[in-house]
Amino acid sequence: MPAVDLAGLGLDEGGHLLVARALAGLAAGERLTVTGRHPALRLHLAAWCRAHGHQLAGDDDLTVVRGDADDRRWAGAVRAGDAAGVPSPRADLGWGLAARGALVEAGGPPLGARWSEREHVWADIAPQLYAAAAASQWDPATAVDWAVPVDGVPAEVERAVVQLMTYLVENEQAALIIPARLLSQLHPHYREVMQLLASQAADEARHVEVFTRRALLSGGPLGTSSAGGRASLQTLLDEPDFTTASFLLSVLGEGTFLDLLRFIAEHAPDQVTADVTRLAVRDEARHVAFGVAHTAHLAAADKSYLSTLRQAVERRHSALQDTAGLNAEVFDSLVVLAAGSWSPEAISLGWRAVRDLQSRMDEGRRRRLAYIGFPDDEAAELSALHTRNFM
Amino acid sequence: MGVLLGAVAYDPKVVTIWDGFRAWLRECGVDFDYVLYSNYERQVTDLVDGRVDVAWNSPLAWVRARRLAASRGVPLTPVTMRDTDCDLRSVVVVRADSPVRSVGELAGHIVATGAVDSPQATLLPLSLLRAAGLDPEADLAVRRFDVGLGLHGDHIGGERDAARALFAADPADRVDAACMIDSNLLVFGREGTLPAGSVRVLAQTPLYDHCTMTAHGDASPEIARFGELLLGMDYANAELRPLLDLEGLKQWRPPRLSGYAQLEAAVDEAGFYDANGAVTAAGYRP
Repeated sequence: MPAVDLAGLGLDEGGHLLVARALAGLAAGERLTVTGRHPALRLHLAAWCRAHGHQLAGDDDLTVVRGDADDRRWAGAVRAGDAAGVPSPRADLGWGLAARGALVEAGGPPLGARWSEREHVWADIAPQLYAAAAASQWDPATAVDWAVPVDGVPAEVERAVVQLMTYLVENEQAALIIPARLLSQLHPHYREVMQLLASQAADEARHVEVFTRRALLSGGPLGTSSAGGRASLQTLLDEPDFTTASFLLSVLGEGTFLDLLRFIAEHAPDQVTADVTRLAVRDEARHVAFGVAHTAHLAAADKSYLSTLRQAVERRHSALQDTAGLNAEVFDSLVVLAAGSWSPEAISLGWRAVRDLQSRMDEGRRRRLAYIGFPDDEAAELSALHTRNFM
Repeated sequence: MGVLLGAVAYDPKVVTIWDGFRAWLRECGVDFDYVLYSNYERQVTDLVDGRVDVAWNSPLAWVRARRLAASRGVPLTPVTMRDTDCDLRSVVVVRADSPVRSVGELAGHIVATGAVDSPQATLLPLSLLRAAGLDPEADLAVRRFDVGLGLHGDHIGGERDAARALFAADPADRVDAACMIDSNLLVFGREGTLPAGSVRVLAQTPLYDHCTMTAHGDASPEIARFGELLLGMDYANAELRPLLDLEGLKQWRPPRLSGYAQLEAAVDEAGFYDANGAVTAAGYRP
């Protein structure tokens, strides 16, 4: 008969582990002899067996008859997909929060996740993008030299910088809330996407911080927030679908922002402004890469999805048709930033620089739309419908 | 008609358990409902009076229900019990370094028990001491930890307080021995209330049985069906398993009434109930 010796170990100090391990190798109904010197061993073993569905037999020796409760507990268990391989096409809500690849006991509360199909959330590049995001986290306290003075910046240009920072904070707050909301509805089986969205939200949190700090550097009040700009961002928050939200935010909005941030960095009148916008560009590029890859992944699997994306752009455009779109003060600030002064010659140069910026933004959007699968003419048409508010 | 069960709300989980069982039993075609009691005494009188069809009784509640029903000529039918209700023991423990080596040597010492109405931590262990020739009233100082009166010891608090008192920092609060059920001896050891090696088992009761479910009257076909369904509850069923875990069993078993003789004797010795099931314990009013 199989046997296990506990020596002097009691079941109140881990002895049950040895008994359970020995029982695990037996079938229900098979017997195990337990020996040991602990004075309360029989009492302990009787109580432990009762609680675990085993039977304690034998008056002189200690014999445990293995019960079948453990077998029954795991009878309906399934693996939550494959830990090392690609995620499953459908993630069972019954897997709940179990790790991918874990053996999941049946029962327990089902997850309330909305996004539980791979096609609706996945991109093959997600694991690499998450790895890149994890490796590129920066500390706002040290990544920017906040001690560099900005008092050399002309007052009118400084006002333009503060207005732009005010506008950026507003946009980054929208860009933080959207991935956070998608994240809360995502089945964690797609963990790389979950991790990526979490890092994206963390990125935006840092951007909110550094843009706020730059705006406050010269000690003045913040700039304005226009109703039209906020209306434009609200349409992003209202987008219910994972892919269309990711498409509008990351492909079109953050894609456009890449050019905007590079523009501000290029024309920055001080080192802090240049640094905070360059740091943000690095992060935003990853967000854009995921949005483009995921949207392209879905569109490749289902060509008809392009029309859903198109409708999302058109819907947003018509919702914003009667609003002002971009805050006029933001546009003016871009011109002043590029001009560097209020002389007519400088303003003329600044004006042309912003016009060039808008055409670069348009080219970028068309390129990304074409990559996703839109024909060139349709890409041009959709790019033109993008919000005047940039994001 | 249907089946109305009475259960004692000794813990909030009782609602979860019986809500879940109710849903499952109704799916199985039994028109089942339940009511909760704040104490076993009221549940027992309602069972005997026929206000509930079936009662989930503590062992002490069974003893009283049997006596009360017999005195009134009301038949009762046992329905089921848990696998974990069979073959339990209670123990009396002392500190490992205690000079007390036998039950007889407890004379003149302080013995901690659970609540006055706890079968496992008061009535049965005190009966064990009586069997060894000690009169708890005269020979010992019994220090009772009355937590959850009326719950018949279902609340673990009294037993845990009794165990803690073995190692009370203030000598005035310290006791020489403590009474508890075997499963709580293990629980208190594992959770650190009684660190490993800190206590010695001085005495243990013979085996006895714990809770039992009892129906009013002769079993109706509905009660019989209800009992069959409980006995058929499968631990492999993912819907039922969490409820069975909460209720502390792997399997319902056919009832047996052979495991209550010790408690019947202990109740008589302590004068807890009279032969007709009236509550006679001094000062016990749940």
